[in-house]
Amino acid sequence: MRQSYRRIPVYTADVSGVCAALFELGGMTVMHDPSGCNSTYNTHDEIRWYDQDSLIFISGLSEMDAIMGNDEKLIHDTVKAARELHPAFIALANSPIPYMNGTDFPAIADIVQQETGIPSFAVATNGMHDYVCGVGRALAKIAELFTDPDAVCNNPRTVNLLGVTPLDFGPLSHVSRMKEVLEAYGWTVLSVWAMGDTRDTLKRAGEAAVNLVVSLSGLMAAEVLFEKFGTPYVIGTPIGGFTARLSAAMERAVKTKKSETAYRVCDRETSVPAYSGGEVTVIGEPVLSESLAAAIRLKVENPVRVLNPLEQGSAFLLPGDRTALGEEEMEAQLKGSQIIVADPLYRSICPQNAKFYALPHIAFSGRIFLKELPVFADLL
Amino acid sequence: MDPSGATVRIKEAGFPAPFLSELEFNSPVHGNWNIVHTGMLLPDSIQIYVCADNCMRGVVLTAAEMNAADRFSFVILREENLLNDNLEEITIEGVSDVLQKRKDHPRAVLVFTVCLHHFLGCDLDRVYEELERRFPDTFFVRCYMDPIMQKAGLTPEQKLRKAIYDALVPGREVTRSAAVLGSDFALDDTSDIRRLLSKNGYMLAELPGCKSWEEYLQLSRSRLFLCTYPAGQYGAGKQAERLSKEYLYLPSCFGYEEIAGYLKQLTEVLELAPLDIEAEIAACEAALHQAREVISDTVIVLDSLLHPRPLGLARLLISHGFSVRTVYLDGISREEQEDFDWLSQHAPDLELAATIQVKMRILPRTHSEKILALGQKAAWFNQTGYFVNMVQGAGLWGFDGIRCLCSLMIEACEEEKDTRDLVVRKGWGCESCI
Repeated sequence: MRQSYRRIPVYTADVSGVCAALFELGGMTVMHDPSGCNSTYNTHDEIRWYDQDSLIFISGLSEMDAIMGNDEKLIHDTVKAARELHPAFIALANSPIPYMNGTDFPAIADIVQQETGIPSFAVATNGMHDYVCGVGRALAKIAELFTDPDAVCNNPRTVNLLGVTPLDFGPLSHVSRMKEVLEAYGWTVLSVWAMGDTRDTLKRAGEAAVNLVVSLSGLMAAEVLFEKFGTPYVIGTPIGGFTARLSAAMERAVKTKKSETAYRVCDRETSVPAYSGGEVTVIGEPVLSESLAAAIRLKVENPVRVLNPLEQGSAFLLPGDRTALGEEEMEAQLKGSQIIVADPLYRSICPQNAKFYALPHIAFSGRIFLKELPVFADLL
Repeated sequence: MDPSGATVRIKEAGFPAPFLSELEFNSPVHGNWNIVHTGMLLPDSIQIYVCADNCMRGVVLTAAEMNAADRFSFVILREENLLNDNLEEITIEGVSDVLQKRKDHPRAVLVFTVCLHHFLGCDLDRVYEELERRFPDTFFVRCYMDPIMQKAGLTPEQKLRKAIYDALVPGREVTRSAAVLGSDFALDDTSDIRRLLSKNGYMLAELPGCKSWEEYLQLSRSRLFLCTYPAGQYGAGKQAERLSKEYLYLPSCFGYEEIAGYLKQLTEVLELAPLDIEAEIAACEAALHQAREVISDTVIVLDSLLHPRPLGLARLLISHGFSVRTVYLDGISREEQEDFDWLSQHAPDLELAATIQVKMRILPRTHSEKILALGQKAAWFNQTGYFVNMVQGAGLWGFDGIRCLCSLMIEACEEEKDTRDLVVRKGWGCESCI
């Protein structure tokens, strides 16, 4: 049965993704949930919780309020908290029971906005999808609502990094390293969505010549920014030797105004034979994994296959790569694999004789391997 | 920021709810035990959860962090299961699939169903009937992860602390024996209850000490059931009723009279030779005096995660000259009514501070003076490394518990701890791989 799991965990869910995306932007995020969502998020999904104050709360939904459709309590409590804490915006996220009840979150957000005068919006979640969905939708909302529509690009070497949260990239120091690597190629990073920069910095995103979608979580925001400013985007993560190809793709995008998936172009330009069962298998977030696979191919000229464990992203895989949802399907796909690069918690379903390279991923194993997280920019 | 609504002087506080129920903050303190930790106490068992991704992630990683992932499996509920399927079928087939694939044959399986089962009217009787038919050698423990119910009814942990003893069956009684039900921690060897029973030739059995299924089953052979932890009271009482046991609820507390009263009850029910209460109290006074000498006027803050009787502890300390400034709690137990009244009268300026009110996220947490915190949350909210690292009363009980706590306070006041490293670990006392 695809839905049963014996040994591996699930990925971070959409609700936590929303919180992770908005964490540093000065807003208030409310998860409409009885209990548990906040604890799960701040224990396993949010490495900034101990040191950085961010206004992320749960509503404490009760059985009676859920049955009676008492949205008034959520509205009242949210408005009261906003009046006390003065957030820059208010985001509402959903969980399974309000989803099942059909709670009208956009309407609630409208009422909250009318009562507080603070920009408010709902991010469609239900706790049943993975974090890519939550991060993506939250960043897209920021792009829609808070970027300066009058921004103009004056520098062809400017870029925004989209889809950056600790869930995929770890601590800020790792993100800073990614910026440094791009700066070494002559790029000026205007904003990082959304780590290390304020909402005011993100507001100027329209000034960039190109957007770099470093994880699938940044794609929806990239599409909004393309619609709003005509900014082309490139999909790929700076990793090892692939960074040069990525930079070239960004230059092409600036010149042609056309978006592209950098590792797809890189794959066409290299002559590594296709994966034929065995060799290297990378499991992980599709954009990061395909970029890592490209860097491996460039370095050792080995066939590499990517297995995407997330709901979204099939369209961003190279031919021969696959989406494998759930433990059963992933275990079946791993049969016969010789070299596996994945989060350490996958080891239990890998063939015993496979060589295993640990690539910890917070969105999968949480904080367990925090001290061993890779700096992607410096891999290979 | 004005702290009103998040803090209140005790003389102005409402009882038992000093703070309004509103949006909730969750601090980065995680030493409390959750249903996964408690469920793991049942030997030769595994846990299977049936829920959506977001609810699942917290529990599956709890198990992984305590190095118990091999005793944890789950079934994910998808949107289509809510809209098109029935939850009975997905629960039965999912749990069956897990059990068929696992190579081990656990004696018991704790199946956790969730809010969705409740709201969709899932027929849990049918689920368990079918599971029991398919796996007749396995005991299915009916557990719940349904926090949506907890504001008006029993919490998931209260229900678990009953269900975890459901496999016990009546057995030949061992006359000179008692069992403690409902606690996560075994009572200290030096605790009053253990000393009293041991002195009189009684054995004391507890779930945290059980290493095998057979040892667990022996719990029901005890003559007397005891409960010392409030969250276990409901379950222990129900099990005593089901198994026709004598039962005493003897909660861990800090009042001399209350402790003496509980010891008297135990002594009378089992017809024991009593402890020397006067000597016990004298030893407590000496321990408190020694602690006061060391701690002097250092400001003390304490929390309800340290012990379920935070006001009782505050009262004990204030009445012995300690400088208690703040008690962190979100509600007050009815068991603490008398302590609340006493403190309102004798320490009216004692501050009560919420831990989940939204303002607690941003109210200042640093202080220029040295602060001694009793409990992890008190330590985090004051950013102090001088703290007693303990949760839920641990194995402390009675006069001995007071003396042990005095020793822990002295140690905490003299040696700074790494708060950041310690308080974020889940399930104090469990293994932690982070």
